[in-house]
Amino acid sequence: MEMLPFILATVFTAATPLLIAALGEHVTERAGVLNLGVEGMMIVGAATGFAAAVLTDSSVLGILAGALAGMALSAVFALMVLVFATNQVATGLALTIMGLGLAGLIGQGFVGQPRAAIPPVKIPLLSEIPVLGKAIFTGDFVFFLSLALIGFVAWGLNRSRFGLLLRAVGESHGSAHALGLPVKRIRLVAILFGGLLAGLAGAYLSLIYTRFWSPGMSAGRGWIALALVVFAAGHVWRLVLGAYLFGGITVAQLHAQAGAIGLPSQFLSALPYLMTIAALLFLSISGRKGAGAAGSLGQPFVPER
Amino acid sequence: MSFNLALVPRREVSLIRQVLTPVLALVVALLIGGLIVWLMGRSPAKAFDVFLREPLTDPWALQEVLLKSTPLMLISIGLIFCFRANRWNIGAEGQFLLGGIFGGGVAIATHGLAGPWILPLMMLAGVAGGMLYAAIPAVLRNRFGISEILTSLMLVYVAELLLDYLVRGPWRDPKGFNFPQSVPFTDAAQLQPLFEGGRLHAGFALALLVVLVAILVFRRSLFGFAVKASGEAPRAANFAGFNEMRITLVVFLISGGLAGLAGMIEVSGQVGQLRPGFGQGLGFTAIIVAFLGRLSPVGAMLSSLVIAVLLIGAESAQVSLKLPFDLTRFFMGMLLLCVLAGESLNRYRLEFRKETA
Amino acid sequence: MPARRKTLGIAYLGVVMSRTGFLAAVALSLGVAAPAFAQEKLKVGFIYVGPVGDFGWSYQHDEGRKAIEKAFPGRVETTFIESVPEADSERSIEQLARTGHKLIFTTSFGYMEPTLKVAKKYPNVMFEHATGFKRDKNVATYSAKFHEGRFIIGKIAGKMTKTNTLGYVGAMPIPEVIAGINAFYLGAKSVNPNVKIKIAWANAWFDPGKEGDAAKALLDQGADIITQHTDSPAPLQQASARGKLAFGQASDMTRFAPNHILTSIIDDWAPYYVERTRAVLEGKWQSQDVFDGLAKGKVKMGPYVNMPEDVKQLAEETEAGLKSGKIDAFMCPIVAQDGKTVECKGGDRLTDAQVVGMNFYVQGIEGTIPK
Repeated sequence: MEMLPFILATVFTAATPLLIAALGEHVTERAGVLNLGVEGMMIVGAATGFAAAVLTDSSVLGILAGALAGMALSAVFALMVLVFATNQVATGLALTIMGLGLAGLIGQGFVGQPRAAIPPVKIPLLSEIPVLGKAIFTGDFVFFLSLALIGFVAWGLNRSRFGLLLRAVGESHGSAHALGLPVKRIRLVAILFGGLLAGLAGAYLSLIYTRFWSPGMSAGRGWIALALVVFAAGHVWRLVLGAYLFGGITVAQLHAQAGAIGLPSQFLSALPYLMTIAALLFLSISGRKGAGAAGSLGQPFVPER
Repeated sequence: MSFNLALVPRREVSLIRQVLTPVLALVVALLIGGLIVWLMGRSPAKAFDVFLREPLTDPWALQEVLLKSTPLMLISIGLIFCFRANRWNIGAEGQFLLGGIFGGGVAIATHGLAGPWILPLMMLAGVAGGMLYAAIPAVLRNRFGISEILTSLMLVYVAELLLDYLVRGPWRDPKGFNFPQSVPFTDAAQLQPLFEGGRLHAGFALALLVVLVAILVFRRSLFGFAVKASGEAPRAANFAGFNEMRITLVVFLISGGLAGLAGMIEVSGQVGQLRPGFGQGLGFTAIIVAFLGRLSPVGAMLSSLVIAVLLIGAESAQVSLKLPFDLTRFFMGMLLLCVLAGESLNRYRLEFRKETA
Repeated sequence: MPARRKTLGIAYLGVVMSRTGFLAAVALSLGVAAPAFAQEKLKVGFIYVGPVGDFGWSYQHDEGRKAIEKAFPGRVETTFIESVPEADSERSIEQLARTGHKLIFTTSFGYMEPTLKVAKKYPNVMFEHATGFKRDKNVATYSAKFHEGRFIIGKIAGKMTKTNTLGYVGAMPIPEVIAGINAFYLGAKSVNPNVKIKIAWANAWFDPGKEGDAAKALLDQGADIITQHTDSPAPLQQASARGKLAFGQASDMTRFAPNHILTSIIDDWAPYYVERTRAVLEGKWQSQDVFDGLAKGKVKMGPYVNMPEDVKQLAEETEAGLKSGKIDAFMCPIVAQDGKTVECKGGDRLTDAQVVGMNFYVQGIEGTIPK
C-alpha cells in the first residue's frame, strides 16, 4: 500500500505529456482541423525548451520557450492549411518530419547537459492526505497546469461562447461561414492553441519527465496523443480517461515485468496499444460511440464568394 | 497574418502549369535549403552536386536509388487507393512488417530446400500477411465504427513487438549465439541481383508493373472510379452501386497487400534474414511519398525516386560535406510543404481583398 | 603495439566456418598488407546506429573517432554516417568503402552481415565490426567486457542496499545484457547472500521516458539501487529524484545525479581506435578478434563516490583484480538457474565464448529471460 502513491505519481507523470498534447489537438480537431504534426511540434518544443532553459538557466522560461516553439511551428501549419488550403493530412506529416530535423539541429549543442529538477509543488493541507495526498497533491507545476487545462478546455469548449463558435466552425464550416462567423480566425486560434500545448508537452519531456535533451526523445508520443484524440471521440472526459488508461497500463506492464510474472515482455509492452483498441471496442459495443469527429474535420475550407 | 488573402478557384489549369508547378516547388525548396546550407558555412553548389547530381549520374548510386525507391513505390501506390477514398491507413509500416514476417516465415520453414517455387510462395505469403493485418482496421471501422487512424497506427507498434518476439523466441537462429535474428535465408529465398556488382533486384521491375496496373485501374476501371467517388462524394458512390463498407475493406486490402509485398521484397532482397527493425520507417515515409506525388500513381513513382535520391544524397552529404542527417529531414518536410503550396496555387488564384470575409 | 588477441571459440564459425582453426590462424598471421601512402591522408569511416547526439552508444564511439583525429593530426581524415538502420546498412558501408576510406568501423551488432558482404567486394579496405562474431581476412571484430564493470558495481550495490532488493533496467535480452545481469548479480551475491534482483525490460535501447518509468517501477517494488543497461541517464535521474542510489552507463554521468551516483561504467573506444588506426598507418593491420575490458582501458570505471571508505576499497580491489586477471566475473563453478552447473571450459573460469553467447540466468535470479 505504501507503494501506491508512488505508482500513481508515476502514472501521472507518464500520462501528463500525452494528456497535454492530446488536449491541444482535441481543440484543433473540434475546430475541424486535423493536424498530424503533433510529434514534430512536440520534439521541437522539447529541443527548444531545453536549449532555452540552459541558455537562460531557468527551467520555467525553458518550458515557456518550448511551448512557444510548438506554437511557431503550428503557425506554419496554419499558414499552409488556412491560406493555401492544402491537404491537412499531408501538411501535418510534412510538419512532423520537418520538426524532427529541426529539433536535431536546434538541440545539437545541448547534448549531454544536465538540468536540475524543478522543485515539486505541494498543495498545503491536501498533500497531507494519506495516499492521494502524495500522489495527486504533490507534483510538478506542469502537472497541476495540466489539471487546470482539462477544466479550461472542457469549460471552454462546452460552456463559453467562443467554444460554441469553434465547434460550429468544426461541425460545418460552410454553414458557419454563411452565418458570418470568421472561420479562418477561429481555426487559427485553435491551431495555435494545439501547437502551444504540443510544445508544452515536449518541454515537459526534456525538462521534467527526463531532464536532458536527446534526439528522438519524444519516441512516438505525439502519435499516441493523436490516437487519444480519436479515442476521446469528442468528449474531454474520454480523453482524460484514455491518457491515464494508457499511462497506467504502460506503468503496470513494467511492474508486471519487475514482478517476474513470466509473460513475454513484448506482449506486455504491446498491452497499452492493444488495450486502447479493446477499450474502444468495448465502448462501441456498449453503445457509446461518442459524438465522433467534427463534421468538417480535415476538409480544406475555401469560401465561395 | 493577413486574412485579406483569399483563394479563387481557377477555371482551367493548363498542362504547362501542372507540370511546371512541382518543378517550381522543388526549385523554391532548393533555394531555401541552399540558404540554410550556406548559413551553416558550406557551399550550396557543392551540396547541390552531392545531393542531386551524384545520385543520378553515378551508376552505382543510381542502382541504389532504384533499389531504395522500390518499397516506397509499392507502399505508396497502395496508400493512394486508401487516401483517394478518404480512408486513413496510417499503419502501412505494420502491414509492411507483417508481409516480411509472413514471407520470411516461408523462407524459414523451407530452409534448406531449393526450387523456383519458394520465392513466389514467399511473395504470396507476404501479400497475405499484409492484407490480413490491414483487414483488422477495416473490419473494426466497418463493424464497430472505430477510427482506422487509431487502429492502424496502434497496430504498427504491435507488429514491431511481434517481430521482436519471433526473432528472439521461436524463430531465433539456433547457430546465432542468441542474437535476435532468424537463420540467414538460402539463395532460393533471396531475390538475386540483376547486375554483377550491384544490388538491384527484380523487385524494382515488379514495382513498375504495379504502377502501371494502378494507372490503368484509376483511368479505366469502374472500381477506380468508385474509389475516387467514394472519397469525393460518398453518396454518389453509393448510388453507383458501390457499398461504402466494401470499398473500405478493398482499399485496405490493396494497400495492405502491397505493403506486405514490399516487406517481403525488403526481407528477401535486402536483409536476407528476419531481424528487428527491418521496417526502418519506410511505411511512414511512403505516406509522404504518396502526398508528394499528389496521390497519383505516376506522381508516386516519381516522388519515390525523388525521396530515394534525397536519402542517398544525404549519405554522400554526410561523408563529403559533413552535413547532419537532420538537415535532410528538415529539407524533405519543407519540400513537401512547397509542393503542397504549389498544388494549391495551381487550383486557386491568390487574391488580395480589402475587406475581410 | 600488437593487441592482446584472444581467439574466441566462435571465431571460426560464420564466414570462416568452413576453415579449420589452423587455416584461419594462417590467414591471421598473413594479415592484409595496408598500402601506406606517406603523403595521402588515411580516411577512416564510421557507421553509427544512432544519432551522434544520443549521449550513449553512438556518442561514445564518436568520442573515439575524435580521439583518432587528435592522435594523428594532419595524417588522418575521419567521416561518419549516423542513424544508419541496420537492415539498410550495406549501402552506407559501401558508400564509405568506395569513397576512399581504408579503415571502416561498423559499430553495431546488426551491421555484421552487411559488413562482410561489402568486405568481400573491397578486399583492400579494412573493416572493424563491433560486437559481432563473424570475421574475414579484412574484417576484424572487437568488443568490450562491460560485464567486468557490472561485477564491480554488483559488489557495490550488494554492500549499499538496505532493502536487499536491486533494480535492473535492461534494454533487450541479448547475450551481452544477460551476461551483464549475471555478473552484476554474482558480484552482489558475493558480498550479500540475501540480495534479490528485479529486472524490467524497456524493450528499447533508447527511450528516456520508458527507461525512467522502468526505473520508477523497480523503485516502487522496493528496489533501493538502480542499475541500467540502456543508454540514457533517465534511470539514474529517477533514482536520484527519489533519493535512491544508481550507476551511470556508457559515460561518466556524475553531473546528472552528483549526490546519488555511485560510479559509472564507461565505454572508452578511443585507445582501441587509435591503436587500430596506427596499425593501418604502419601497414601492420591484421584481422583479429579482441574482447577485452578493464585491462586495456576499453572499459573504465568512473570515480567511486557517495559510498563509505570500505565499500570504495572493495570496489578498487575488485577492479585491480579484474585488471590483472587474477579474478573474473565468472569464476567456476557457475550454477545456472535450473540448478545445473555450467561446464567450466576455461580452467578456473568461463571462456570468453561462453560469456559472449550467454543465454541463461545464474541461480538465484528470479524470472525467465524474455523470449
